[in-house]
Amino acid sequence: MANFWQYVISGLATGATYALVALGLALIYRSSRILHFAHGDITTAGTFVAFTLLGLKLHYMVAFFLALLFGAVLAMSFYFCVLIPAQRREASQLGQIILTLGLGLILQGLVAYFGGTETQSFPFPLSDFKTYQIGEVVISQLSLGTFGIGVLACLLFYLLVQKTRIGLAMRATSENLPAAQTMGIPTRQILALSWGLAALLGVLAGIFLAPALLLDPFFMLEPFLKGFAAAILGGLNSLPGAIVGGLILGVAESLAGGYVSIAFKNTFAFLIIILVLLVRPEGLLGKEFKERV
Amino acid sequence: MPLLEVDDLSISFGGIQALAEVDFQVENGEILSVIGPNGSGKTTMFNCISGVYRPDEGLIRFREKSLLGLSPDSIAHRGVARTFQNLRLFLHMTVVDNLLLGRHIKFHKNLIHALLRLRREEIRHREVVEEIIDFLDLQAYRQTRVSDCPYGVQKRVEMGRALAMEPHLLLLDEPISGLTSEEKEETAYRINEIRGRYKTSILLVEHDLRIASRLADRMIALDYGKKIAEGSPEEVQRTPEVIKAYLGED
Repeated sequence: MANFWQYVISGLATGATYALVALGLALIYRSSRILHFAHGDITTAGTFVAFTLLGLKLHYMVAFFLALLFGAVLAMSFYFCVLIPAQRREASQLGQIILTLGLGLILQGLVAYFGGTETQSFPFPLSDFKTYQIGEVVISQLSLGTFGIGVLACLLFYLLVQKTRIGLAMRATSENLPAAQTMGIPTRQILALSWGLAALLGVLAGIFLAPALLLDPFFMLEPFLKGFAAAILGGLNSLPGAIVGGLILGVAESLAGGYVSIAFKNTFAFLIIILVLLVRPEGLLGKEFKERV
Repeated sequence: MPLLEVDDLSISFGGIQALAEVDFQVENGEILSVIGPNGSGKTTMFNCISGVYRPDEGLIRFREKSLLGLSPDSIAHRGVARTFQNLRLFLHMTVVDNLLLGRHIKFHKNLIHALLRLRREEIRHREVVEEIIDFLDLQAYRQTRVSDCPYGVQKRVEMGRALAMEPHLLLLDEPISGLTSEEKEETAYRINEIRGRYKTSILLVEHDLRIASRLADRMIALDYGKKIAEGSPEEVQRTPEVIKAYLGED
């Protein structure tokens, strides 16, 4: 039984990072109806900025803050400078998705060029080797911090969306864009904000993943795909769904890795997704399909 | 000075001339009805005024400033509110939240200012919304999700949301279509009330000639995108072109 709880706890910590990635993807999908393929690469770029700034002996807090800001500004500039002009020329949804793919490839190249392709270790204030014992469960300082920051970010994000005026404007914009415009809501700024927030959540996940995964230009590929899967598992247009999906995926792969074989870690996790989607094609908390019927 | 001046307004889609050199004015405090058969360009005209379409030619001036080229949200900020014939409500939100969204443009732009006055403003927004809830008899549905409300109620929410913006000009697109005859009477009564209560001018697109003429101070008639008559409701309805457009020839 001790093993079980051990797997659950470490799964929750990984799941928290998936949840952050998934949250960003869901946020963009439900407001712009775009699958954001550059999300992982924006995250990588942001994390490399943090890495570079740490190399310049900046304080952790300052470096991380600037990296988050960088990610947000990057995503917002993409929205304003590429997506809006494309939409003005009536680009299709698929065309816009391809644009995000293009941005991803460009960023990959830039990161490899400026950051180098060799694997580097990411200096971090929390240690992966310093551990705490709670009952029979052992948790590393890093995992604890990751889970804590994940919960905190989700909570703040929830408050922003549900309890503030900007959140109300965001919900209105994603539910019915023309109506939101008629209400005088500046929908472009609101959408840009969603892109920025999504990138911010992504970079946050990247910064907490980098110390455990080691940093290279492709280190976010797997977490990005997992975040994508988690978002779909939760229902792509549901924000709580993205969080639940991320946590379930994290725990599932941890249990599979622990009880079956580490080789089956990913297989088992995606098996669960397939099963859930067979029963509920709209995802755990999604509602889009139901309402169209 | 008229509140709204539309001059020489033309727009076409592909080969179809949806509006051709339409001109009219809305005076302060008046209700102007726009009538015309289906496809005569009434809704297109609304979409031009509220910034959804950009006209090919012509002028739209509101409170002496041009609205051309402005986005729908900036036009809303200038004080033009509208309803949609096919309702564009936030279906997943409650009735109250929909109405509060109408207050969105009244929120302060300046963040610090807004934080200082937050409570007082919030109270004021709630008061306006409560007044509208009373006026439109929506008490029973206050916390109901709009998607669960009957059509007649949704129609009232759509109007209430526009009223919450406290506009100078209210564009109502077929506010009574699809309602029961009792609801129609109530709505007509309320539209007449709005003018006095909210000091709003109204541009009313309506299919129902009887109610349109009862409410309107003046009326214009459109057919195939052209203005075919303008004047008092009685005059417009006596115009041969209007009779022809509504009843067909012979």
